[in-house]
Amino acid sequence: MPQLITDNNLAVPDDYYALLTELYRELEPAQCQDVNARLLLLLGNHIGDMDVLAEAARIAREHLPAASTLAKDI
Amino acid sequence: MIKTYAFPTYPYVRSADQDSAAPVRRPVVIGGAGPIGMALAVDLALHDIPVVVLDDNNTVSVGSRAVCYAKRLLEIMDRLGVGERMMQKGVTWNVGKVFFEDDQVYSFNMLPESHHRRPGFINLQQYYVEQYLVERIGDLEQVDLRWKNKITALEQQDDGVLLSIDTPEGPYQLEADYLVACDGANSGIRALCGLGSSGQVFQDRFLIADVLMDPKRFPPERWFWFNPPFHNGQSTLLHRQPDNVWRIDFDLGWEADPEEEKKPENINARVRAFLGEDVEFELEWASVYTFCCRRMDDFRHGRVLFAGDAAHQVSPFGARGANSGVQDTDNLAWKLALVLKRQAPAALLDSYTRERLQAADENILNSTRSTDFITPKNDASRALRDAVLNLSRRYAFARSMVNSGRLSLPSVYADSSLNTADTEPFAGSMVPGAPSTDGPVQRNGQDDYLLSALGNDFNALWFIDHASLPDAADMAILAQLATQALPIKTRLVSPVALDIQLPAGVELLVDHLGVVAERFDARPGTFYLMRPDQHVCGRGRSFDPLRIQTMQGTATGH
Repeated sequence: MPQLITDNNLAVPDDYYALLTELYRELEPAQCQDVNARLLLLLGNHIGDMDVLAEAARIAREHLPAASTLAKDI
Repeated sequence: MIKTYAFPTYPYVRSADQDSAAPVRRPVVIGGAGPIGMALAVDLALHDIPVVVLDDNNTVSVGSRAVCYAKRLLEIMDRLGVGERMMQKGVTWNVGKVFFEDDQVYSFNMLPESHHRRPGFINLQQYYVEQYLVERIGDLEQVDLRWKNKITALEQQDDGVLLSIDTPEGPYQLEADYLVACDGANSGIRALCGLGSSGQVFQDRFLIADVLMDPKRFPPERWFWFNPPFHNGQSTLLHRQPDNVWRIDFDLGWEADPEEEKKPENINARVRAFLGEDVEFELEWASVYTFCCRRMDDFRHGRVLFAGDAAHQVSPFGARGANSGVQDTDNLAWKLALVLKRQAPAALLDSYTRERLQAADENILNSTRSTDFITPKNDASRALRDAVLNLSRRYAFARSMVNSGRLSLPSVYADSSLNTADTEPFAGSMVPGAPSTDGPVQRNGQDDYLLSALGNDFNALWFIDHASLPDAADMAILAQLATQALPIKTRLVSPVALDIQLPAGVELLVDHLGVVAERFDARPGTFYLMRPDQHVCGRGRSFDPLRIQTMQGTATGH
């Protein structure tokens, strides 16, 4: 069964991070949410493996700060 | 308000049972003369079981209510004798279109593969379906349909149920071997049994407006709008019904005041905003509804059985209410008949719960997913939904995620204990537990369809050709199968017409296009055993009466 890769898998990780920050440049929060949603859908379809996607989704919800803490930070 | 349909009033008729000193005992009493209760009554009558149907009203459904009838329901209605009437009156449709904001983003064709008797869907007001069933019941001596009879109390006994019934002429009591509750989402019988139905209530309200308008205005298609400009960005669904009536469903949101929304001037304003100033229409019927997805834990409680919305309820997206309810009765009727005739143990009825619980869970899952797509629960879900719709304009992958209702398909009872597992390899979809597919055949030189030749009894399909004709000994076995206590009526399926003598209960079907053999992955010698509800019990590669008998035993809980 293919596993979610959690070691570095990118040739230049800084490039991908820069791609994402570029993505949000000059966007309103609602537009960022829209762009994020589109990106998730495109990437999920490309990966195409529900086990991998479910593992990524599980990790994404791990150790979330409590909602009240988040609200304070914003 | 409804101009296109004159509602029949069915008379209350005093039954001799009301004059009996002691409660009269009946094999089956059905509570509720809606589509589900009446389909069950007809089905039981076809199995020669006398039935009493009690309904607290005296007419058909007020309002169009369930309007989408899927292929499998039509096939069941064919078996019950009202399929053709439904087809004649109904609007056949195959095309669905999805709009996002101002644009069409997606179009789909429901047309199943060719060579089936019935289409993917028809639309028909529920009151027509009920009227046709009432009229069908009029032909059947075994069904005693009693209007204005309300069940007010019930008492479970070891071997039956004692019912107290109220009528315009006062109360009386009846005993039933079995009571079947087909009395809808707010089942009075369920309440009298002290039983619940649990699940998820959706915080949303929808308005149904049935409007009468020029038939040239919209084609007979299902059109669904997400975020349309004409309705404050909330979902809207348009469907055509017979009599030039269109069903329009408007999502109103949870905050809407149902009393305000029901006022004709407010409904007319919404419809006017949708259709435009220049389109003439008349309001036929309107309803504001909320919905939930829930089910009972078990559809059998002693001598009381539950079917349709009384047992399980889904949101309306995906046409799974009436369609699944009639599949419940399709499943239950033959089992109940065999138990009452003492040809099967009462435990066979537990397979009704198992098979139909699985179907209810499938329907609830699909319906919940559609509802979550149509009415997102938070900002992030809405962003995700709108992103799917935006991407669907250009990218095929996103179109397959657009979910305005995954339309109802019958369940495959793949894990049912009534099935016999394959011992030889087969390809295709006709696995044990699957509802039989259809295909064109010739019967006595006349064009017909396979499903018209199946049902009510156990049927064997035996695929032959002229190199593998059954001999006299085989024919004697087929004759014996057709006349035994629990008959198995064989259908010989041959690619060409054959001049052979057949015993009573055996019929030759000519698969002149080869479609049936292909769909069943059959070759000469292959056999299938079908239940009376046309689901596959088991199959094999060479006809073997002993295996067939064993399969039938397994399918009847022995």
